[in-house]
Amino acid sequence: MSGVVRHLYVHLPFCGHRCGYCDFVTVVGRRGEHARYVAALLAELELERAALAPHLETVFLGGGTPTFTEPEALRRVLRRVPAAEEVTVEANPETVTPRLAVLLREEGVTRVSLGAQSFQPELLGVLERYAQPDDVRRAFYDLRDAGFDNISLDLIYGIPGQSPSAVAADIDEALALRPEHLSCYELEAKPGTRFTHAHGEELARQAEAMETYFEEVVDRLTTAGYRWYETANFCRAAEADGGRDLRSRHNLAYWLGRDYLGIGIGAVSTVAGRRWRNTPRLPAYLEALERGSPPAREVEELGADVRRRERVMLGLRLDEPLPLEPTDGVVDRGALRRLEGLGLVAYPTGEDRVEALALTRRGRLLGGGVTAELLA
Amino acid sequence: MQQDRIRNFSIIAHIDHGKSTLADRILELTDTVSGREMREQVLDTMELERERGITIKAQAVRVAWKGHQLNLIDTPGHVDFTYEVSRSLQACEGAMLVVDAAQGVEAQTVANAYLAIENDLELLPVVNKIDLPQADPDRAAQDLAGLIGGDPADVLRISAKTGQGVAEVLDAVIERIPAPSGAPEAPPRALIFDSSYDQYRGVVAFVRVVDGVFRTRERLLAMAEGTRFEAEELGFFSPTMRASDTLEAGEVGYVITGLKDVSRLRVGDTLTSLEHPAAEPLPGYKDVKPMVFAGLFPTDSDEYPALRDALERLKLNDAALLYEPETSQALGFGFRCGFLGLLHMEIVRERLEREFDLDLLVTAPNVAYRVLTTEGHELEVHNPAQMPAEVERVEEPYIRASIIVPKEYVGPVMELATERRGRFDHMEYLSEERAVLIYELPLAEVVVDFYDQLKSRTRGYASFDYDVVGFREGDLVKLDVLIAGEPVDALSLILHRGSAYGRGRALVDKLREEIPRQLFDVPVQAAIGSRVIARETIKAKRKDVLAKCYGGDITRKRKLLERQKAGKRRMKQVGAVEVPQEAFLAVLNLDGSK
Repeated sequence: MSGVVRHLYVHLPFCGHRCGYCDFVTVVGRRGEHARYVAALLAELELERAALAPHLETVFLGGGTPTFTEPEALRRVLRRVPAAEEVTVEANPETVTPRLAVLLREEGVTRVSLGAQSFQPELLGVLERYAQPDDVRRAFYDLRDAGFDNISLDLIYGIPGQSPSAVAADIDEALALRPEHLSCYELEAKPGTRFTHAHGEELARQAEAMETYFEEVVDRLTTAGYRWYETANFCRAAEADGGRDLRSRHNLAYWLGRDYLGIGIGAVSTVAGRRWRNTPRLPAYLEALERGSPPAREVEELGADVRRRERVMLGLRLDEPLPLEPTDGVVDRGALRRLEGLGLVAYPTGEDRVEALALTRRGRLLGGGVTAELLA
Repeated sequence: MQQDRIRNFSIIAHIDHGKSTLADRILELTDTVSGREMREQVLDTMELERERGITIKAQAVRVAWKGHQLNLIDTPGHVDFTYEVSRSLQACEGAMLVVDAAQGVEAQTVANAYLAIENDLELLPVVNKIDLPQADPDRAAQDLAGLIGGDPADVLRISAKTGQGVAEVLDAVIERIPAPSGAPEAPPRALIFDSSYDQYRGVVAFVRVVDGVFRTRERLLAMAEGTRFEAEELGFFSPTMRASDTLEAGEVGYVITGLKDVSRLRVGDTLTSLEHPAAEPLPGYKDVKPMVFAGLFPTDSDEYPALRDALERLKLNDAALLYEPETSQALGFGFRCGFLGLLHMEIVRERLEREFDLDLLVTAPNVAYRVLTTEGHELEVHNPAQMPAEVERVEEPYIRASIIVPKEYVGPVMELATERRGRFDHMEYLSEERAVLIYELPLAEVVVDFYDQLKSRTRGYASFDYDVVGFREGDLVKLDVLIAGEPVDALSLILHRGSAYGRGRALVDKLREEIPRQLFDVPVQAAIGSRVIARETIKAKRKDVLAKCYGGDITRKRKLLERQKAGKRRMKQVGAVEVPQEAFLAVLNLDGSK
């Protein structure tokens, strides 16, 4: 018997080094352990396979740096995961070679998300990224040459020392490559991290200027014909691209509240109102699966109310109106009217028959505050 | 006891000049307390009193010395309790005036010495702490003699700490202080000079019997209030409660009334027998009225019932404390409280926070105003938010302040008093080194930060005391603060027109700093009536987005959002604007008109 989950996340935690700002579950180096980890990962996949539908919509290999994984181990993963309509792999520019690009293509990958982050050498240095701007371009073209027609670039803005004009320059450099998709995130400097310790003062100094960066990113990309389909995600508009919908289908699944299975250390799954997170500890993960047991997990039961709240929280990040009916009781109608008065929220139907809810452009720039306000 | 064997006296001293230590030595020397029972400062019972070195409530202790009954009546040591001090002094025939040999005469000493002289008390000048290396007993004796118009040779010199000279002080009490001279056969009359509340026995009145005899179980009448009750027990403190069948003319003691409400038995009232009442009460009773008001709000609105209960409990022991419910749209439910003065307010606030574990937000204190409206109604306003829009005339309380400073600080003190709308009355030199300045000042100028300024401009050398002398008309305006067009009642102020601009500007600037940016532009204004005198705009945020969600870790993001919402709940809502509690605190703590 097979299940109904149509989205699979696979965590490949290995990295060449750890970048200063990173707070993901990563494991540095350990080349010798890649094969062992992949064996455990595939064992977990077998344990959970019953939950997956026969045909998947999406598979997403995230990290870490999935492309840092030993090529043969990576190939094994790609061969064993079920086929899907969209298979995305995250890649770091310095790990992409023509051979690797061909390998990905051969093994059914349809989409690559390339961690460019910036095109300014000194800002890449601040982020402790090894790739240079030329490496990003070279990697991008290697992927194109291997036949990839759906490439996403990750950019980070708000890097210590990054001026407003440097933000514009990064966007322009990225646009020159004509990627199908862009993810643009503001740098998060977590208190207490090495990175914040080193750059906190600089960040505080530029805090006021940084208020405008998000707007600048949105303006430049939408002017260039990209669709701002999620708070931090942009894709070439369908009409400009022969009707292709270039949104990340995997991430849309999260934002639309779909069920998904995640495997690997630290991976999160949400299936039928229950969410669990695998242990982030590599040795514990390996030992459990080598014994044939599932890894230690932190489990959270999601009540109906929590699920409705999450639906609003995530749904409002998208550019399509959120149907309000399934979120009844969690949206504060008074706040809704107040925010509408402020030009932050628009809802297409009449006052008493609100059916769908969308944020205005300014509402989306203030999406966090607006959402907090709306959730009663 | 025969009246000629009785002496009733108080000790008058500035804070820290050694009153309590002297009282302790007296108790020891007269064997009232054994060495084992002795703990320092026996008379100060409350925890807070011990820490602050302030005696809030007067008590009386009976001691025996060379065949005489001496009643030591303890007086509160601060200006806010002047009325209580004067009641205590009325219960005595004499007072020791104690001055620190190193510090010399302070403003409070002067004020209380005058109070004693007004009450026709025999003053016994005492220089204390002569054992201190920095002591200058000759100079202190000189000052003290100058103050009361005596001979420096008559000034007693002691060290309460070591006990040196204390026996001589007790001898002097018998020799120099007159015996009471009431009419032993007349209908009984006793002055209530203090009261306290006991959970089990109700109100306990501290009395000085002037005429006649009071007996246990006798039915009594408080003449001003008209309260009737039975004397459940009579007695005196030595130093703990000792019951006694009678209290006779000239004696000091307590009456257990069984009354459950302190407000029914007011300090200053006269007790008499219900069956054989005296024709006239003792002179001098007056109802003390609070002069300083402030709003007290729990920082957590759930604590409102706890605050109400705490105020009820405090009121049992503190008849001068007034409180009434107040609702502020910004601060929620709380109480507008009336206090005798600033110290009284501080003590109440500290007791609420310490003994009742409450977290309070206290509005800027204001004074009582007498208002004549344009329609000709007269009213007293205790809360700036209640000031009517149309007023004919506003009167504010004035004080007569005496400030004692070393002469090199006369300039800075005059400068401060002038800034605070003070009118110079006169100046005298107490000695070559020290001057006393007399000013008339609006009380409102003193309740905000005056004392701190005085201390800082004189490096702590100034001492200060005041009396309220009456109400006078002032050029006063109500200053409102508006956030996004909504007046914030808790921040309204009544102040002199001349300082309105500076104060309005400071308030607006501070709020702009303290209120976080919102989803929309927020104008912050200070206004007199409809006229805006200062304005700032808190610009709307330009971005506010939550972090990315990665690998489906939605819970983390939801928790971020929940934290954001929890943060909002701690905010106070002014219209659509969320104002953090800290913003109110910062504004309420804003320094005075400077």
